[in-house]
Amino acid sequence: MKDAFGLPQSLLVLGGTSEIALATVRRLVARRTRTVWLAGRPSPGLDTAAEQLRGLGAEVRTVAFDALDPESHEAALGKVFAEGDIDLVLLAFGILGDQAHDEREPLNAVRVAQTNYTGAVSAGLVAARSLQAQGHGSLVVLSSVAGERARRANFIYGSSKAGLDAFAQGLGDALHGTGVHVMVVRPGFVRSRMTEGMAEAPLATTPEAVATAIELGLRRRSETVWVPGALRVVMSALRHLPRTVFRRLPV
Amino acid sequence: MERRGDTVTAMSADTVPDADWSTVTGWGRTAPTGALVVRPRTYEEAAVAVRDCGARGGIARGLGRAYGDAAQNAGGAVLDMTALDRVHAVDAAGGTVLCDAGVSLHRLMEVLLPLGWFVPVTPGTRYVTVGGAIGADIHGKNHHVSGSFTRHVLSLELLTADGRVRTVAPGTPLFEATAGGMGLTGVILTATLRLQPVETALMSVDTERAGDLDDLMARLTATDHRYRYSVAWIDLLARGRATGRAVLTRGDHAPLDALPARSRVRRSPLAFRTSRLPAAPDLVPDGLLGRTTVGLFNEVWYRKAPRCSRGRLQRISTFFHPLDGVPHWNRVYGRGGFVQYQFVVGHGREEALRRIVRRISARRCPSFLAVLKRFGEADPGWLSFPVPGWTLALDIPAGLPGLGAFLDELDEEVADAGGRVYLAKDSRLRPELLAAMYPRLDDFRALRAELDPRGVFVSDLARRLAL
Repeated sequence: MKDAFGLPQSLLVLGGTSEIALATVRRLVARRTRTVWLAGRPSPGLDTAAEQLRGLGAEVRTVAFDALDPESHEAALGKVFAEGDIDLVLLAFGILGDQAHDEREPLNAVRVAQTNYTGAVSAGLVAARSLQAQGHGSLVVLSSVAGERARRANFIYGSSKAGLDAFAQGLGDALHGTGVHVMVVRPGFVRSRMTEGMAEAPLATTPEAVATAIELGLRRRSETVWVPGALRVVMSALRHLPRTVFRRLPV
Repeated sequence: MERRGDTVTAMSADTVPDADWSTVTGWGRTAPTGALVVRPRTYEEAAVAVRDCGARGGIARGLGRAYGDAAQNAGGAVLDMTALDRVHAVDAAGGTVLCDAGVSLHRLMEVLLPLGWFVPVTPGTRYVTVGGAIGADIHGKNHHVSGSFTRHVLSLELLTADGRVRTVAPGTPLFEATAGGMGLTGVILTATLRLQPVETALMSVDTERAGDLDDLMARLTATDHRYRYSVAWIDLLARGRATGRAVLTRGDHAPLDALPARSRVRRSPLAFRTSRLPAAPDLVPDGLLGRTTVGLFNEVWYRKAPRCSRGRLQRISTFFHPLDGVPHWNRVYGRGGFVQYQFVVGHGREEALRRIVRRISARRCPSFLAVLKRFGEADPGWLSFPVPGWTLALDIPAGLPGLGAFLDELDEEVADAGGRVYLAKDSRLRPELLAAMYPRLDDFRALRAELDPRGVFVSDLARRLAL
């Protein structure tokens, strides 16, 4: 059960090698979390992540999960929930793709969309049903500012996150009043493996800062969390720019 | 239908209780969870609700005054017991009452005061049910004299997981597990209570100020035994030499001859009078109760208290339940809710109490109406909170940054001093500390495992702390 400060005792990470997710898990393990499930494609990276978390004192288990295989989601998540309540599901999988390359290779672009959006729709609905049945828990969905308004430079990724974001908001409204809380997290540019070698955008942040914001959001039972918080204002302005102006922005 | 000692069977469709899915929180309004709220109107409906409560079990709930998650049950059933609210029999000569568990102490006062009787123990609110009072084994300002609530329970009827209704008497393991057992042994249906005789519905109150914590503890230690009721309001925002300054209010039921002659109260000395202000609004911004506002409030409260006054007459509601005058006062903490932290440390552990008070004061927790009291002898409930010593209770907005970690540190201090925190107030204890705080926990778990092997009775509190 979560405590008065929204701190979970058990959590499930979908996308168990995500740096943001692992930073969040480390933070939560330092507080109340004792049981951690890392779901992801079996890989040395997933095992290493599990080992590191065990070192922090958590009981960690891994479960095979592939966002691109929605048919398997029911079974994979069902296994986790069958073992006991999950106080927090962190939906953290996603790929950035390579915009220039993907524009030329539509199938690659589809893969981005399927991972970030279709996979999340499936996993999100499956998780939501289990959470609703247990009458409590948070579903934290890692969206992105890129989904707030699609940019020329990464609209494939951006559109997938836009879909995910809209889906998660709707899911949150659907679950309102059931005891289940859905929180959409919109980080800006996060310095991580995913963005390695890329030019840093303004208001860049770190996985640790996102983790801090998630912990705060859980305490406040926020529905939307921007990281850093200033992005909320910035994006609110950008959202209302006319297309002709937005197109010319050097972002 | 026979209900005593028999498995209740043969339900017709019209005995299915009202049920409604909704989110439930405790009085602190933190950690909401969804549950099927069932409102049984008869014992039979309660039995149906327990029988049908499904894989995620059920828990009884009274008026929702437990601050944390004690009367919540995510995904399962919450039995709202307030429709079972009949006072069955009052023995006006012998001073006992038999009533349903859903009867509030407020209702009991309305019924009993005109007959010259008062509830044996009342907490800081009279809007708690008898069932809740037993489940949390509540205490009041008279703990040092009268012990906790279940000391005055002569008998109770408990609906257990197997569908039977058992009559439970003090001195039995089931009674001691149920007293303070947070509703996890079953659903209390009725109770017989021993009452306190009174001549009037007024209190004769002595008030004095204590300049700091040591002064306060000295006064409480020296003179508590002279009063039936004793409590100190302590200003935890005061710093420096004033750390722990407090207002002591102590008193007893006023005898008839203490009332002024030819006054209204003299003509009807046993009339139960209360007053209520408008309810607190639902939309209060978070952070209204910050250091400035609470500091100001505390300052005024301290200054307006007389340095020393004797024998002032007060209504029962003013003396015991000042916050009941503002319905929904818990809303003033805003949407983020609040946490009440209450612990007890034994006599001889005053140093731990001083350290904790200093830490709270140094941290400037915006806490108004913190309460310090000296407990008397403990009662036998296995998870009953009071033990002889000092108890401090304070409210803190849940949104205060770093509060969770800070309270964890206080827990360590409390546990190191052999103390414990109060489960009826808890919403955030680290589960690992529970066994150290409640040495009878294993007995409690063993009894539950035997009495309720399927785990029918469960609450969010029980899940969180693995009770």
